[in-house]
Amino acid sequence: MNIVEMYTSSVPLYAVLVSLLAVPLILASSRYPNLREFWTILVGIAKFGLVLSLLPGVLEGRVAVIRLMEISPGIELALKADALGVFFAIIASGLWILTSLYSIGYMRGLNEHKQTRYFACFAVCLSATIGIAFAANLLTFVVFYEILTIAAYPLVIHKETRAAISAGRKYLLYTLTAGVLLIAATAWTYQINGNLDFKPGGIFTGISFSSGTITALFFLFLGGLGVKAAIMPIHSWLPTAMVAPTPVSALLHAVAVVKAGVFGVVRVVGFVFGPELMREFGLNTILAVFAGATIILASLLALKQDNLKRRLAYSTIAHLSYVALGAALLTPAAFAGGIMCIATHATMKITLFFCAGAIYVNLHKENVSELDGIAKAMPWTMGAFAVGAVGLAGIPPVNGFISKWYLGLGSLQAGEWIPIAILVISGLLNIGYLFPILYRAFCKPAGNLHGKGEASPAMLIPLIITALLSILFGLNPDLFFHFYRMAVQISVSVLGGGIL
Amino acid sequence: MITQNAPALIPVIYLAASILIALAGMRRKWLVYPLAVFATAIAFSVAGFNLFLVLHSGTVSYRFGGWIPPIGIEYVLDPLSAFVAMVVAAVAFAVLIHSRRSVPLELAGKEAPYYAVLMLLLCGFNGIVFTGDFFNLYVFLEIASLAGYGLVGLGEKRSPVAAFRYLIMGSLGASFYLLGLAFLYMATGSLNMADISRIIPYVSGNPVLFVAVSLMTIGLGIKMAIFPLHGWLPDAYTYAPSTSVAMIAPLGTKIAAYVIIRMLFYVFGVHYVSRDFPITTVIGWLSVIGIIYGSIMAMTQTELKRMLAYSSVAQIGYIGMGIGLASPLGLIGAVLHVLNHAFMIACLFLVAGNLRARVGHSNISDFNKSYCKKMPWTFAAFTIAALSMIGIPPTAGFFSKWYLALATIDANNWIFLAVILISSLLNAVYFFNILERVYLRPAASTVPATLSSPTAANPGPQREASLSLLVPTLTLATAILVLGLFNAVIVKKLILPMLPVVM
Repeated sequence: MNIVEMYTSSVPLYAVLVSLLAVPLILASSRYPNLREFWTILVGIAKFGLVLSLLPGVLEGRVAVIRLMEISPGIELALKADALGVFFAIIASGLWILTSLYSIGYMRGLNEHKQTRYFACFAVCLSATIGIAFAANLLTFVVFYEILTIAAYPLVIHKETRAAISAGRKYLLYTLTAGVLLIAATAWTYQINGNLDFKPGGIFTGISFSSGTITALFFLFLGGLGVKAAIMPIHSWLPTAMVAPTPVSALLHAVAVVKAGVFGVVRVVGFVFGPELMREFGLNTILAVFAGATIILASLLALKQDNLKRRLAYSTIAHLSYVALGAALLTPAAFAGGIMCIATHATMKITLFFCAGAIYVNLHKENVSELDGIAKAMPWTMGAFAVGAVGLAGIPPVNGFISKWYLGLGSLQAGEWIPIAILVISGLLNIGYLFPILYRAFCKPAGNLHGKGEASPAMLIPLIITALLSILFGLNPDLFFHFYRMAVQISVSVLGGGIL
Repeated sequence: MITQNAPALIPVIYLAASILIALAGMRRKWLVYPLAVFATAIAFSVAGFNLFLVLHSGTVSYRFGGWIPPIGIEYVLDPLSAFVAMVVAAVAFAVLIHSRRSVPLELAGKEAPYYAVLMLLLCGFNGIVFTGDFFNLYVFLEIASLAGYGLVGLGEKRSPVAAFRYLIMGSLGASFYLLGLAFLYMATGSLNMADISRIIPYVSGNPVLFVAVSLMTIGLGIKMAIFPLHGWLPDAYTYAPSTSVAMIAPLGTKIAAYVIIRMLFYVFGVHYVSRDFPITTVIGWLSVIGIIYGSIMAMTQTELKRMLAYSSVAQIGYIGMGIGLASPLGLIGAVLHVLNHAFMIACLFLVAGNLRARVGHSNISDFNKSYCKKMPWTFAAFTIAALSMIGIPPTAGFFSKWYLALATIDANNWIFLAVILISSLLNAVYFFNILERVYLRPAASTVPATLSSPTAANPGPQREASLSLLVPTLTLATAILVLGLFNAVIVKKLILPMLPVVM
């Protein structure tokens, strides 16, 4: 399983570039909305197809590599579609198709302005995200990471209201600061090691460190990646950024951008520092403490949010740290569980955001306290919401259960009981902040909902699909895309040995 | 034949062009602009040829009048001088295309003197770049400076005052340099650079040499506008015609930086300037203060050209920091930033010129959405240059910072590293302030005019800048991306060969 065969292929490059090529087409057809959205959907499908075509190779342990050019003497702009990269790319590009469909319904339903800019920036963001997924070394990662930062900015300020602009400033302050920290960390790594290529099990082999140096370097990485990964206390741009249109919150602020942050954490833990170094200097404990505290605190804060999207944002913050926690435990099952969480949380949370957006478009309600009895008007939407809520709480058969199960197993392997306690408490808190919404929607008497019904099919179909996917992946995590198999493969490649 | 004469060609071309333009200005005014473009285009192609030549057959030396150095004056085409000459030629050509429309707008009736003096400026710059003789360098330094004062003084009402201040400070700098040169001659008995570099090891204990290198560095520091010797720069850049600034800002200070690099690392030698008499450390720390000071001052400006002027003080600090680190990576960062910043700031000043051409001002507080709506291409160029200034990959600006960051870590100089990172964020503050205004701030019609923002008086631009203004602006913006993506080629093919052997 560990034998990895490299082969040169341009497919990863095409997968990155295809949505970038759509940008001029989108801009050129700004006067013909249907044509413009056709381009988005077309390249979305093309992108997904390209990414999927890499999957069989990855499952056989074959990795597609392409070296483009040197961008600094000795460092290449290179893409490598390994299991972790393909795993993340499938989720991001697959959900982009659904999000694009949903965006059409949402943006037209609200008659939003500047839709051309919106769809163009979305395409750039996806290019950058796939670039992050396939980056073969740290500098390539940084390049795409920064492009993503800038490309997502116009989406955060899309509404151009005062609140949106100030959210945009906060977003830039946090992410650009993180960017420079990451650049410093990358430069430092290069000076220590002379090599930035990601390698399972770490790249710092045969180098002796002082404890201070390695801890400082780790904190630089944590600062650089922790902002997008919304690790507390540097998370607060994310709830503020909920002012963005809901599809943006759904795909970027629950899947692509924030997952790029935790993806980076997994990359750095597993492919730069490596398990031995993490353990030797107690870095895994540092990460685990931050992640654990974030899970509990964010869940507690979610309880008191009345704005639905903000509540979901805090829930996202908590679930992102599941991934970090899984990486920090450094046991095969926990590592796999953390990676699984990238996939499971994606389908569940995007469902919830889609529902929130549908409610906003149809009923113009944003707050939890206004949702009394709305299940009567929107039964399908709230049904999907229920699936997501049950899944986030970790109740089978929805897929949230799977990732939590392996995280729990991993804690046992590590002989730690605190992570298990955190998982249990956070599961309860999940119930605490999500189930009251279901209670209100299904059980409380409805207000004035005459003439209100389900959202347009463009919105309803994607959210039903994502809810169904959440259940299907819960029943069989290897369905279609072999997420479980890939997670195990990644975990084994980093930590060695078997999963259990 | 042309190979032997290569080092002297470009200065001679510009000198001839200057005289021809002055003559043409008397009778045939329509000839002035074509002559200037023609000369610049020739110089551009010669610079390209020079670069090719030096990479394939090594350093070329030209002896004026056939006199053998160190008696005679020597012109040297080596990788460093060929590189800087190429930067000068490229920027000059782009700005000159832009001048076709912007010069008649801002300097109606003064075209002939403008172009004659401009050719003299470029002659001076190239003379400085190619000469291998310190005294000859002084002569060209004065030619370039005097031309520079003239170009600044041509501008709006307050420009003569700014030019006068520039003249006083600039002359002071030249005097320092000349005084230092006298000491250098005293200590070494030679004015030829190659000759002096051979003599230095034998006289390195001589205190006269310390005085010489200090005075020369102070003199050149004024020309380069290293903090705290930058006082002349903000006013000169603000009040000069934007087309002059687009030529002086990217090139003037860079040429001085080039001389400092040439003098410290190629003549005195890295060992002398960083160990025996650590003047590079002083330059490094002053530059670091300058980076922070310039960035903070830029944040408080309300006029685009003035903001760019303070930003330049900060950006010159990056070059100074690279010099200060006195290591191969530091020098790579410094030289690369000479190139990158030349393109970025030229692009930004051309944007300012386009604004002047269409709106008549470049007050940041008046910017609003209508600006980018009417001038989308101009602001697209501005956005790219701004992102490069902030240091977002894959633009050119990121990579200068990347090499400098590597150099600071290599030297365990964490304060310098922190300054690079903090200044990126400060750059982001003032550039996003403008981007936010031009892309997001509602236009005048929806916001009632107040005393603080006299939007009613300024209706904003009515249409995009004309093609001859736009093409150079966009070309430079594209170049910023290209330079970023292909920086490894530039570093490996052009900059690594030029590093002094001792490094």
